[in-house]
Amino acid sequence: MRDVRADFPLLANRRVVYLDSAATSQKPAQVLRAMQRHYEERNANVHRGIYRLAEEADEALAGAREAVRRFVGARDAAEIVFTHGTTESINLVAQGWAARRLRAGDEIVVSELEHHANLLPWQRAASLSGASLRVVSDVTAAIGPRTRMVAFSLVSNVLGTELPAAQIVSAARASGAVVAIDAAQAAPHLRVDVGALGADFLAFSAHKMLGPMGIGVLWGRRERLAETEPLLVGGGMVREVFADRATFLDPPARFEAGTPPVAEAVGLRAAIEYLEALGMEAVEAHAREMVRALESRLREVRGVTVYEAGARRVAALSFNVDGMHPHDLASFLDARDVCVRAGHHCAQPLMRRLAVTGTVRASVQVYTTQDDVDALARAVAEACQSS
Amino acid sequence: MSLYGGAIAEHAKNPRRRGALHEPDRSHEGTNPLCGDRVRIDVHLRDGRVAEIGFEADACMVSIAAASILGDLIAGAPIEEARALDDARLLAALQTDLRPARVGCALLPLQVLREALR
Repeated sequence: MRDVRADFPLLANRRVVYLDSAATSQKPAQVLRAMQRHYEERNANVHRGIYRLAEEADEALAGAREAVRRFVGARDAAEIVFTHGTTESINLVAQGWAARRLRAGDEIVVSELEHHANLLPWQRAASLSGASLRVVSDVTAAIGPRTRMVAFSLVSNVLGTELPAAQIVSAARASGAVVAIDAAQAAPHLRVDVGALGADFLAFSAHKMLGPMGIGVLWGRRERLAETEPLLVGGGMVREVFADRATFLDPPARFEAGTPPVAEAVGLRAAIEYLEALGMEAVEAHAREMVRALESRLREVRGVTVYEAGARRVAALSFNVDGMHPHDLASFLDARDVCVRAGHHCAQPLMRRLAVTGTVRASVQVYTTQDDVDALARAVAEACQSS
Repeated sequence: MSLYGGAIAEHAKNPRRRGALHEPDRSHEGTNPLCGDRVRIDVHLRDGRVAEIGFEADACMVSIAAASILGDLIAGAPIEEARALDDARLLAALQTDLRPARVGCALLPLQVLREALR
């Protein structure tokens, strides 16, 4: 892959070793310029304004939706719902679909690796519907005849682990369960093809894949979206409104009440086109190479524990230094201009399984270099010596 | 280790009054929602004063040092004075400037103490 660092203004403006891309990625100038240009040249509200400028804003939103459709391999752009991010996307499935369709006696199965964003919505869906929630280490094995809903991440935000999606989806299909996939950590690095995955819903955010904060995606199989109730009601999502009732538009408009984040959608499209120009195969290979380098350098340092992924790692890993609290280590690294995340990473059930209060997580992106890896390893070695 | 300046390094290495009290009059445990760290504070009260204080912590150096320093500030003090101890006083006693993200670590023991003395 070509050297992309010059595309990222923040990396030139701030002398930091940025290894926290799993929390949010930096943004290339191509994304920032596309958003700026949208506001300077095409800004108007969407929803069919009767003037040409507004038509262009409609086209900008539709063009972004089409770019996302192509990116995830969906059949129809109507299966692409814009949300505020992965959290909203999962809540939409959990409250709009699961809470209404599940009954007492039904089971929701969720992996124990999950980010709280893919656990709390299912806790709520269970309590609203009377279904039972099972949080398990082996999702495939846990799927049984009562399982009606299965939710898991393609890639763990803590360990960087890839979950066996094909196996889980086929077990879920065999028992007639609906499958929702959290692709927040996968979409930035892997080719995600909803046709090949065979799930019912898939959620991700723009800001972890070089796009702006404030917009995310829910892909839903057409039949499932048709069964889903919106979280929000209001303008832009109605067919006909009376004083006491209203009828809703078809998906995706049904789920997009209010003014949508159009410039952010334009930014997401630019991010997709940026990744596609690099080639998702090259993007994936770079992430895996960098995270392998991180792992081997950190394992050389005495006193470092790298947590096993149990499967191939994609773009993140978690570690600890003996006798050092993760926050203290992160502060030590920050004093050396190395940005990592420390804590429970919104995955407290997984922390309990690892028997730690927290970990330090390093994560990579297209702009991560061997120099970044070396800088982290040097600083961690220094921390080990001084602890 | 040169990780933190001021009083933090010394107190984190040799924290004072670490350990549970036997049959405390007041006790409270709190967690830091950002990281899951846990601090418990036990208090013996006598004649309107904080006679004894003990803490247990599964926490970072900043929280442990802050709990230790907090004990120095309030051991033997009138309960009303302990209740009134404000954030600034504890932060000043740490004798170092913490990054904003770590201020919460330092204040966790104080929040736990306030709950214990409510």
